[in-house]
Amino acid sequence: MSEHHHHDHDHSELSETELRVRALETILTEKGYVEPAALDAIIQAYETRIGPHNGARVVAKAWTDPAFKAALLEDGSKAIGTLGHVSRVGDHLVVVENTPLRHNMVVCTLCSCYPWEMLGLPPVWYKASPYRSRAVKDPRGVLADFDVSLPKDMEIRVWDSTAETRFLVLPMRPAGTEGWSEEQLAGLVTRDSMIGTGFPRTPGAPS
Amino acid sequence: MNGVHDMGGMDGFGKVEPEPNEPVFHADWESRVLAMVRAMGAAGAFNIDTSRFYRETLPPDVYLSSSYYRKWFLGLEEMLIDKGYLTREEVAAGHAKQPGKALKHGKFDLGQVERVMVRGKFARTAPAPAKFKIGDRVRAKNIHPATHTRLPRYVRGHVGIVELNHGCHVFPDTAAMELGENPQWLYTVVFEGSDLWGEDGDPTLKVSIDAFEPYLDRT
Repeated sequence: MSEHHHHDHDHSELSETELRVRALETILTEKGYVEPAALDAIIQAYETRIGPHNGARVVAKAWTDPAFKAALLEDGSKAIGTLGHVSRVGDHLVVVENTPLRHNMVVCTLCSCYPWEMLGLPPVWYKASPYRSRAVKDPRGVLADFDVSLPKDMEIRVWDSTAETRFLVLPMRPAGTEGWSEEQLAGLVTRDSMIGTGFPRTPGAPS
Repeated sequence: MNGVHDMGGMDGFGKVEPEPNEPVFHADWESRVLAMVRAMGAAGAFNIDTSRFYRETLPPDVYLSSSYYRKWFLGLEEMLIDKGYLTREEVAAGHAKQPGKALKHGKFDLGQVERVMVRGKFARTAPAPAKFKIGDRVRAKNIHPATHTRLPRYVRGHVGIVELNHGCHVFPDTAAMELGENPQWLYTVVFEGSDLWGEDGDPTLKVSIDAFEPYLDRT
């Protein structure tokens, strides 16, 4: 291929993909399969309603309500179903608790399974090869990429999401939050702390 | 299939690179792809396992060099052509050339959106009692189907302990190939890191997968 010829076809991946995506939507619409406004509504839901704030609310409630926490660890879907607007989690959510002896981390090595209803759409790193390949073999190395380190003898449990079960990490409640309200506590719960690649914010630390 | 998508334990992909304040989408087309996949799936054009299989069967170099949503797009387009919902001529023209094929659940319109927001149900009535109970030692089978499977390579042949029983679920291996839901018992099986990765493996590591009963043998 000559230099000149190459330049004539030098579309970026983005623009080529963008054109093809538009064409596909046109075809699906013209064939009567989808209504574009319905696609807009799906997108809007993921941009506004569905995000880590849903999971944060569940974690904060578990930190303040021992009965809810026990129910959550027993049957995550059922317990979350009692919370009203975050009840769209389906039947197969498993909540796993971090303790002083054990740290949990969630991955999907085969694709990118993730608890969407609790955390929103997954970040790029969760879906990318470095995380998917290394989390099950070298989780401490992965955590170092997040500037997270664990005590040397702490057990690390990695949950590979290979089926339709979904996993949410219940992080440990930060010290210095005695008497805090559920709403205040929810503000400390980060997305990564519910995946297991981070910790909740500590009181007074910049967010 | 033993594809590049089955990447647990592979080396050489480099550091994980978290992006501070990452947006939900990095471009508008990504959001359109997400919505089209969800919509066509909800309309009944394909099941979730079939859609995964189409992404896995992308050529390895394409799989590894494409972003997540580009893989979704490429898989979606190919799947819709294969299932007869559109033609290559239509894709080339960028327009419909013939009427659409009937969708199992009808056109995806605004009235259908809330249905997509509730996670699907994958539990099914058990056709037989569970073979394994919590605490059982099981070996992940050394199987290498050329079609879709959810048994990752890195556990095959290894012994683990049954930790949870999730009930009977749709079996992805047959569902992906449109050979039926074929419900199977699903267990969380936990493996020692030092068993999976040898004596250099992290001694504090345990890894679990969710394994369908046909993936497992009693030891």
